[in-house]
Amino acid sequence: MTVGVVVFPGTNCEHDVVHALGLLGADAELVWHREGDLTGIDGIVLPGGFAHGDYLRTGAIARFSPVMSEVARLAAEGRPVLGICNGFQILCEAGLLPGALVTNRNLRFICRPVTVRVESTGSVLTAACEVGDVLCIPLNSYEGNYVAPEADLAALEAQDGIVLRYCAPDGSLSADANPNGSTAAIAGIANAAGNVAGLMPHPERAVEAILGSTDGARLLESLVTAARPVPA
Amino acid sequence: MIVQVSISRKAGLSDPEGVETRRALRDLGYDSVDAVRFGRTITVEIDATDPAAAEQAVSEMCERLLANPVIEDYRVEVMQ
Repeated sequence: MTVGVVVFPGTNCEHDVVHALGLLGADAELVWHREGDLTGIDGIVLPGGFAHGDYLRTGAIARFSPVMSEVARLAAEGRPVLGICNGFQILCEAGLLPGALVTNRNLRFICRPVTVRVESTGSVLTAACEVGDVLCIPLNSYEGNYVAPEADLAALEAQDGIVLRYCAPDGSLSADANPNGSTAAIAGIANAAGNVAGLMPHPERAVEAILGSTDGARLLESLVTAARPVPA
Repeated sequence: MIVQVSISRKAGLSDPEGVETRRALRDLGYDSVDAVRFGRTITVEIDATDPAAAEQAVSEMCERLLANPVIEDYRVEVMQ
C-alpha cells in the first residue's frame, strides 16, 4: 500500500507528511507534480506550502499541474485524497471540494496550535475518531478563512461534509475560538463520498509527543486505513 | 492588443483588507468613505486584431484560471 505525497514547486511540508505516514506504517513516496501516471498509488496527500508561489491565488496554478488529472481520477475511483493547508486550497481550486480559502479575518498569518472538534466520522480524515473528539493541531496559514456559496454550505451540512470545526479546548464553539473567521467555524470538509477531504491545520505536525500533541496521528491513521486495500 | 482584467471580491464576502483600510481612511478624517474593496488588475497582451474575439478569449481565461467564480467577479476591457 503506497500513499503518494505530491510535491509542487514551493511545497514545503512534504517530508513531514512522509515521516508521519511512515510512523503509521504506510509506505509514503514523494510524487513530483509533473507526474502524469499514478498507477500503483493507493492514496494521495497534497501537503502544505506555497505551490507555485501562491501566485494569482493559492492553489490556482497548481490545479493545472499534470498530476492533478490523476488526483481527480483517484478521487473519482473512491481512493483517499487529502489536502492539508495549501493542499486543501488546491483541492478547492480544482473543484474536488467546494468553496475557497480567503485571507484570515484578522489579516495576520496564524501559526499556533488550535483545537478542532470532530463533527463527522464519515470521511477518510476522521473515520478513526469519534464525533465530539477535541484535537489539538497546529495551524499555519494566512489564507485559512473558509468561504462557500450558501448552496454549497447547505449541501455540506446535509451530507455531513463538515468534518472539523475550530472550537475552544472544552469543545465549545464561539467567535473567539474561530482563529481565522472561517464560515461556520469550518476547519475541514469532505466530499459526499467522504474519500476527498481537506483541512487547514497540519495533522502531520502533531504525531509525536515531542511535538506537543499526537492528535494529528488519529486523522492520518484514518487516511492510512482508507488507503489499505480491502481484504478479499 | 491589450486587454485589462479587473478582479474583485464578490459582494457580500468579507474583505478584511478593505475593512481595515476604510478604518484607516476614517481615522485620517475621510468620514464619507462607506466601503473599500480590494481587487487586482491583470493586463493581458494578446495577439489579436478583433476586439470582440480578444474580449471573448480573455473572458474564457478568467473563467478557467484568472478568476475564481466562487469568490470573485471579473470585468474584461479591451484597451487598444
